[in-house]
Amino acid sequence: GPALAEKFGLGREALPEEIAAWNVDIAPDGTGLPAGSGDAFTGEEVFAEACAICHGDFAEGRDNWPKLAGGEGTLADKDPLKTVGSYWPYLSTVWDYVNRSMPFGNAQSLTADEVYAITAYILYSNDLVDDDFVLSNENFMDVELPNAEGFIIDDRAETEYPIFNVACMSDCKESVEITMRAAVLDVTPEDEGTEAEEVAQTETEAPAAEE
Amino acid sequence: MTDDTKDFAPSRRQFLSGAAAAGAGAVAGTAASAAGPDPLITEKQPWAQELGAGVDETPYGLPIKYESDVVRRNVEWLTADPISSINFTPIHALDGTITPQGCAFERHHSGAIELRKEDYRLMINGLVDKPLIFTYDDLERFPRENHVYFCECAANTGMEWAGAQLNGAQFTHGMVHNMEYTGVTLRTLLEEAGLDTAGDLKDKWVYVEGADASSNGRSIPMEKALDDCLVAFKANGEALRMEHGYPVRLVVPGWEGNMWVKWLRRIEVTDHAVESREETSKYTDTLEDGTSRKWTWAMDAKSVITSPSPQMPIKHGKGPLVITGLAWTGRGAITRVDVSKDGGKTWETARLAKPGEKMALTRFYLDTTWDGEEMLLQSRAMDDTGYVQPTKAQLREVRGENSIYHNNCIQTWWVNKDGEAENVEVS
Repeated sequence: GPALAEKFGLGREALPEEIAAWNVDIAPDGTGLPAGSGDAFTGEEVFAEACAICHGDFAEGRDNWPKLAGGEGTLADKDPLKTVGSYWPYLSTVWDYVNRSMPFGNAQSLTADEVYAITAYILYSNDLVDDDFVLSNENFMDVELPNAEGFIIDDRAETEYPIFNVACMSDCKESVEITMRAAVLDVTPEDEGTEAEEVAQTETEAPAAEE
Repeated sequence: MTDDTKDFAPSRRQFLSGAAAAGAGAVAGTAASAAGPDPLITEKQPWAQELGAGVDETPYGLPIKYESDVVRRNVEWLTADPISSINFTPIHALDGTITPQGCAFERHHSGAIELRKEDYRLMINGLVDKPLIFTYDDLERFPRENHVYFCECAANTGMEWAGAQLNGAQFTHGMVHNMEYTGVTLRTLLEEAGLDTAGDLKDKWVYVEGADASSNGRSIPMEKALDDCLVAFKANGEALRMEHGYPVRLVVPGWEGNMWVKWLRRIEVTDHAVESREETSKYTDTLEDGTSRKWTWAMDAKSVITSPSPQMPIKHGKGPLVITGLAWTGRGAITRVDVSKDGGKTWETARLAKPGEKMALTRFYLDTTWDGEEMLLQSRAMDDTGYVQPTKAQLREVRGENSIYHNNCIQTWWVNKDGEAENVEVS
């Protein structure tokens, strides 16, 4: 059983300034948002400067870099396009992730107002607000993303575990046919990875890992 | 078939046909039938006369050059760049269960960072009695535990949802490694900060994040945090490798690799899940109707035959054959692995090298005889909850083809008469 909590007296108390520097996560209810604001129009300028080189002028994505806008209503399609507008449930995640981890290669370089402005521009790019929309810590919770209700908590215990429990040993099926071959697709790197440039062209038909 | 098994030394004719099929390399690999005296025996070899390397030549060694193919491999088209990307453990060439750290897969979101122990700080804050800062040296003064666990990326086998795509166990199943970790339980550290302030722990969470630019923040329910999570600083006996989180990473037994936060810098006790990017945009699993599962933490029972496999063809011809592979489950221990040679029509139970251990890789063997005919090899894992590893068709029936993560389907290798193997799907 669990032992009584024993203190070792190790570590030291964290100072308020230290906690403030690292504790920057934002909850879905907006807890943690700093005071500030930014409008979509300003966001467009910041985005052009700091983000568009990878994510495109309209947040539509360049090359294989993530698309931040578009894909509305595609989640049940064969190839869904998952973006902030089509997939993400909470705006808090946008603010939090941009603030903490973007731009890629120069993270934590944006001011709070810039993050508000970029967030507003991403909303505009997804046709969720007008171009004069001003986002602030005051009205942040008024914005609901389209896919807010699109998630369910892991239900494998109900939908899978009760049926994945049979281990047939013989006469399990009458016939077996090969229905698909990796060698036909031929996208596996050869030795030393020299084929990588060639196979990159096939990426549209070969579903890639997320990123 | 029956006649062959009585004769342990294959005939000269069998030997030649086997060698012809696999190329000249096979000749050196068998001593089944000698046409004449073997010069490797009858002639003095340099290594039997001259001197080898001195003990001061290699303070920290790498594998011998003849094993240079046993390395991590990248698949460039999978990701936009090699920084937020993945590579693959050469599981096809390994045996046993412990993954050598030097070829254990990597997955970074903003690269592998260099963080000195002297610069390392770990913060515990939020709903604790006293927020704390630990240095690396502080962590080494807490009581330690050792455990072997697998770390499997949630996306392992993810490229195979829509069909057979990558040709090799390294690429289809190599986002996994298995190490012996040394560290302090997360429970110990949380109790050092004190959890009285948090009140009822049932609805509480910990949010964990790394020191890298991506931060990789994830929310973990308190029950798991207090159960078996480990704040680890050693793996396989030595310090963590840079690319695996040096000097400190989180170990979350049985749960998807994304939650094993590397370069761990902060643990926050909260009354809510943060719903961070890595648990909303990513690591959520879209079903056929467009809704998505979130918080799919546990990795279900899974297995793969590592040899024979596309990168490990049969080169020795007919006769004795070792079929081997790995099985694991995030919900307990592996109890049994079955192997089929005919695409799942019939199965025989393999031998576990050791009894399955909780949330760790388990090695299985089927010592068999190959008659030179085509095989459709499959393995099927079972764990101590009674769960049986499903086929891809069974998974697609429930989920469709777009869930990206958590593909633990039965893998099929088509072995042809030449002993070459290919990744296929079967009906």
